[in-house]
Amino acid sequence: MLAVGGAAFFWAVPFAWMALASFRPGAPADIASLTPAGPFGFGNFADAWHSGNFPLWYLNTVLVCGGILAVQVVTISAAGYAFARLSFPGRDLLFIMFLLQLLLIPALLIVPNLATLVSLHLYDRLLGIMAPYFASAFGTFLMRQTFRAIPRDYEEAAMLDGASIPRLIWHVLVPLARPGLTAFAIVSVTAHWNEFLWPLMAASSPSTQVLTVGLASFASGSEAGSAWGVVAAGTFLVAAPLLLLFLFFQRRFVSSFVFSGIK
Amino acid sequence: MLHLDPAQRRLVIELSHLDHPVVMESRYQRDVTTSLLVERQGPPPGAAASTAGIRPSRRSRWLPALALLAPSMIFLVAFTYWPVVRVIGESLLVGRFAGQGVVGLGNYQRLFADPHFARAALNNALYAAGTIVPSLGLALVFALGLQASNRANAILRTLMVLPLLIPLVAAAALFSFILLPGEGLLDFYLAKFGIGMINWLGDPDLALGSVIAITVWKNTGYYMLFFLAGLAGVSQDLLDAATIDGAGALRRFRSITLPMLGPTFGFVLPIALLNALTQVDHVVTMTQGGPSDATNLLLYYIYQQAAQNYDTGLAASATVVSVAVLLALSFFSFRTLERSIHYES
Repeated sequence: MLAVGGAAFFWAVPFAWMALASFRPGAPADIASLTPAGPFGFGNFADAWHSGNFPLWYLNTVLVCGGILAVQVVTISAAGYAFARLSFPGRDLLFIMFLLQLLLIPALLIVPNLATLVSLHLYDRLLGIMAPYFASAFGTFLMRQTFRAIPRDYEEAAMLDGASIPRLIWHVLVPLARPGLTAFAIVSVTAHWNEFLWPLMAASSPSTQVLTVGLASFASGSEAGSAWGVVAAGTFLVAAPLLLLFLFFQRRFVSSFVFSGIK
Repeated sequence: MLHLDPAQRRLVIELSHLDHPVVMESRYQRDVTTSLLVERQGPPPGAAASTAGIRPSRRSRWLPALALLAPSMIFLVAFTYWPVVRVIGESLLVGRFAGQGVVGLGNYQRLFADPHFARAALNNALYAAGTIVPSLGLALVFALGLQASNRANAILRTLMVLPLLIPLVAAAALFSFILLPGEGLLDFYLAKFGIGMINWLGDPDLALGSVIAITVWKNTGYYMLFFLAGLAGVSQDLLDAATIDGAGALRRFRSITLPMLGPTFGFVLPIALLNALTQVDHVVTMTQGGPSDATNLLLYYIYQQAAQNYDTGLAASATVVSVAVLLALSFFSFRTLERSIHYES
């Protein structure tokens, strides 16, 4: 038990170093030390903020994550309802076809996907980074399960009142499915906030860089200058929003991850 | 399978080391959780049909279904199905000079003759084994060790989960310093034991191991969450009965706990396999496949051919081979998953 506890502490060493080094301005000789004497300050954060374009990277990342999620909520609610409640020929086969998306991630299909982006005039645009994720097999799966767990009484009442299917989904079922949607939102935002390879491939100019792509170019520059405290501060800036959210909403995050499994 | 529901709740409550009592999830939340876990571990064959419920005529349901699925289908066709067709086509197109393409297997011949590809495939197999076995093993050990609910364990579990929240490139940035020869954190502390400078990422014999270590650090906490959920589903009555019968801790683990974790393994393994093919961000930013191809992996090779060498034919054929391997392995692990369900039920 003690060994496992010790190992778990050991696991946090990279974070401990990040937190310590980012608050040690200048270039202290013992930058590797986990028990430094100081002095401490915010100098590295100021340097990182000025040498990288963090405001733009944050904005792009928020736009990408938010844009993907906004469209996904619509596509997965609609498709989730179809799979949960309607019966139509080929439904099960189609569902398996949906699940293929879990394996065929956009970065793996870089050759055809880049050609598609170019022909749709979406290359090097935030919309191009988002587009492959507008449909979500995992989200559809999750909404199907969520809708199935909702008693039919609600729908039948709405249908008797003459509600159309879109109205029924949007005004009756989606509000009831909030817990499922929250879980999906956590998983979706975490995945896209942290994604690197696809945004790197799908865009090329500095104006379309997201946080991860920005961090990679920023870090390689600072590493070349051995400014390790600045690298730590920049990494901190990139990771902080999700880490903070996680510490505040740990329960929700963990339950979402556990019943998501697939990103 | 219903026993996984309390498991879930317990895990959720334990991980949040809040001072005040945790508000229970809503009724629907629990329903979703339960049904998801059941679904994940193999739906009963007739379940879909029996719950489909109201169904007037089939014809009347076709149009609404089509309309509801269309938004998703547009994007799935554009970015999942069509790319597969297109990449197969590209891989079979050779010698595109002056707009004239010839269909043939030339790209595949070039691919299989390319020592860089062979190396990337071998590395990827080592990377898969080197990341999956230790991270699943450690995840299980940590789950067993931190399973009991108390404040200390809750904090330690949180520490284990943190790497899951940061981008792999952020982990790469941290490990660039940790593994820095001489001045880096690892060498700084190894020096206290009289161990000299080690070039963790620059030595061809060590580089892949270092990249593997970063991946293991990043993923273990994630897999641990699944084992915690699985362990909470292991019957305490059974364990108590075995204890009374005189079974030792090791025997109880081997004969009860491990078999009951079968579904968890079957569920985590496909995720881990997919990660082994797709998690190459740190290779891109730290080693660029080097030194001398020591850390070149399949997806990095594809990226190199497509984005750096502009060799579409080679990139396309490498994609087809990788996707085929991925589909085959997924199918295989799905079968394993099915078998592990039969074992439990």
